[in-house]
Amino acid sequence: MNLQPILVESLSQATAQVFSTMLGVEIARGEVTTEDGKQEGNDGVVSFIGLAGDWAGTGSLSCSPVLACRICAAMLMCEATAVNEEVLDAVAELTNMIIGSVKTDMEAHLGPLGLSIPTVVFGRNFKTKSAGSSEWTVVKFHWEDETLQVKICLAPSGRSPHVMLHPGGAPACALDV
Amino acid sequence: MESDVLVVDDSAAIRKILQRVLRQTGMAIRTIHEAGDGQEALAVMNAHKVDLVLTDINMPKMDGLQFLASVKASAQWRQVPVVMITTEGGETKVGEAVKLGAAGYVRKPFTADQIKEKLAGLLESAVPL
Repeated sequence: MNLQPILVESLSQATAQVFSTMLGVEIARGEVTTEDGKQEGNDGVVSFIGLAGDWAGTGSLSCSPVLACRICAAMLMCEATAVNEEVLDAVAELTNMIIGSVKTDMEAHLGPLGLSIPTVVFGRNFKTKSAGSSEWTVVKFHWEDETLQVKICLAPSGRSPHVMLHPGGAPACALDV
Repeated sequence: MESDVLVVDDSAAIRKILQRVLRQTGMAIRTIHEAGDGQEALAVMNAHKVDLVLTDINMPKMDGLQFLASVKASAQWRQVPVVMITTEGGETKVGEAVKLGAAGYVRKPFTADQIKEKLAGLLESAVPL
């Protein structure tokens, strides 16, 4: 089954709906790409949430600290000028709602899926690597001059967890998928 | 009569949003208690009068379904309406919640109107303890 068109449509609709409903913002969809699971460098705020069932995988959001603060401010109607616990919590909940909505859409095609509790990381020059061989579907969204990247990988069960590395390359923790 | 509401969600962001939405509904609400998981929620219910509960499903320690089962198994609390507020749109968990006695559910993302519509009748029919 070619999941990519279904995932792109679902990610696009879910992200637009969550931004519109919870933030009062119409977000513009940008380019759609694919990525393999090779190690990549990250700066800013990155969230992960696991999906499990007959198919399993990971959903992820990433954005700059500026956009994370802007998301928090719009969602909670508060001032957010630095990435703190409240900002990370807002990004975690955004991840939960977007990927949770995609999960519901995908259950019609893949059967029941479980959703983990999201994890959010904020830092500079950290690396993430998917230990599986699955392809990620990546959709970018633009809010004024900032970009939010929403991506997901899903594959038949039995794959390995997503591993995050410190700049030095030593494994920091494994996120169960 | 003013009601006391308990909001249960591991996300402080959602608890804050629900606090705001509940205040905006114009319903007669006296106190809004908060809890971050089912265990905390049971502790709050032991310590305070609660007329209505809004709870997430996916939470650490004790999830919303386990919490709902505990409420409905209690002679003291079984009349308290519990509304699930969740990203879960699938039949499985929502169906389980309804079987356990949930008064209804609202899917995230939600609008203030959806929350108000869901709660209006429930708060009117809530039986103060």
